[in-house]
Amino acid sequence: MRKFNIPHKFEFTSIIQLYGQWIREGKLKVNSDWNRDLKVKFTVQDPCNIVRKTLRQEMADELRFVVKTIVGEENFVDMVPCGVNNYCCGGGGGALQGGFPEERRAYGKIKFDQVMSTGAQYVIAPCHNCHSQIEDVGHHYGGNYRVLHIWTIMCLAMGILGENERTYLGPGLADYGL
Amino acid sequence: MTSPIELDDLECEFKEEVLDRVPDALLDLCMTCGTCTGGCPASGLMDMDPRKLLRMVNFGMDEAVKKSKWAWVCTMCARCVNACPMKINIPKLVYNLRGAWPRDKRPKGIRGSCDQHIRAGNAMGVPTADFIWTVEDVAEEIRETQPQFKDMQVSVDRVGAYMAINQNSREPVTEPDELGPLWKILNIVDADWTYPSVMWAGENYCLFLADEEGWRYIMEEFVDHIDNNLGCKLVVNTE
Repeated sequence: MRKFNIPHKFEFTSIIQLYGQWIREGKLKVNSDWNRDLKVKFTVQDPCNIVRKTLRQEMADELRFVVKTIVGEENFVDMVPCGVNNYCCGGGGGALQGGFPEERRAYGKIKFDQVMSTGAQYVIAPCHNCHSQIEDVGHHYGGNYRVLHIWTIMCLAMGILGENERTYLGPGLADYGL
Repeated sequence: MTSPIELDDLECEFKEEVLDRVPDALLDLCMTCGTCTGGCPASGLMDMDPRKLLRMVNFGMDEAVKKSKWAWVCTMCARCVNACPMKINIPKLVYNLRGAWPRDKRPKGIRGSCDQHIRAGNAMGVPTADFIWTVEDVAEEIRETQPQFKDMQVSVDRVGAYMAINQNSREPVTEPDELGPLWKILNIVDADWTYPSVMWAGENYCLFLADEEGWRYIMEEFVDHIDNNLGCKLVVNTE
């Protein structure tokens, strides 16, 4: 809209900022108690579009506030580098449908290595392209991590994740809270 | 025998073209330091990297540059311009390089998704009626099987809702059960929200295809629907 100067009356925001706002306001009563003893380790992917290319560190901080609230500060491991300097997963720019899978996976090897270095069992990917690509390179290079949308882990933490909403959870969490 | 390059004789048509369209791309300022290339995951793929691409553009090697498929391997992630000491906008250069390809020669997958989006409002090409049916079906199942959410309302095109929420079309199409968790969160915080039926998908393959006309059309249709039909005050991107 900015690019084309299309006038509009509404404001624009990301669900991540709303999650953050609702947690601070106490509307979203979510915490990391569920993971205190389980100690499942999580990392997060900073999507280029909402972090480096738009709200930058502000969005990276908000994303971490939300994720750490859900999984616990002690169970969160950042990739290096991350935030504004994060590496693109390699699924962006249409690459997942660009027709060059070999190059796409070579590109994604950096992301794969970054994830593996964290030792995390789960990567939270708040962008659908990142989700698909990180999952794909994980399978391709033999990683043992899984990739989640934020809403899955948020609902798990609040004890409201339905039985059929657990596709992306691994064996340790697939039955948790049922 | 090789001879020195005569700078005065260089014809850099493509560079001039890009600079006309993107005056702040600063393509002439490259010091060839290679910071872009050092931090780019696409460096070396297809024997190309950001610095080399920019050199070729600045040497007027237009034909070779336009022939390289690297423009489709770079994801325009902007790590290069973020690190560049001269702030040269390489992603914009790549975007324009994509746009220099005849539309029917651009990658079929990206083109197909862009065409579907223009036609159906989402890159998967699902008819709006099917999207609405899926949403209602999943919502009904949650109401029936999860007692805590027996009164949960999910709507499409509810006029006057405060928020319009978009959704990547892969969710309703290939993994509809992924919709429920988001709705439950929205339900818990008592959010006043709806899905728009026009251009409801979160993705944007026309941007990736460098199809300006298609991209603009999608945005205009979306803005018109939100402002003039629904009156939502906030548009929420879910990815």
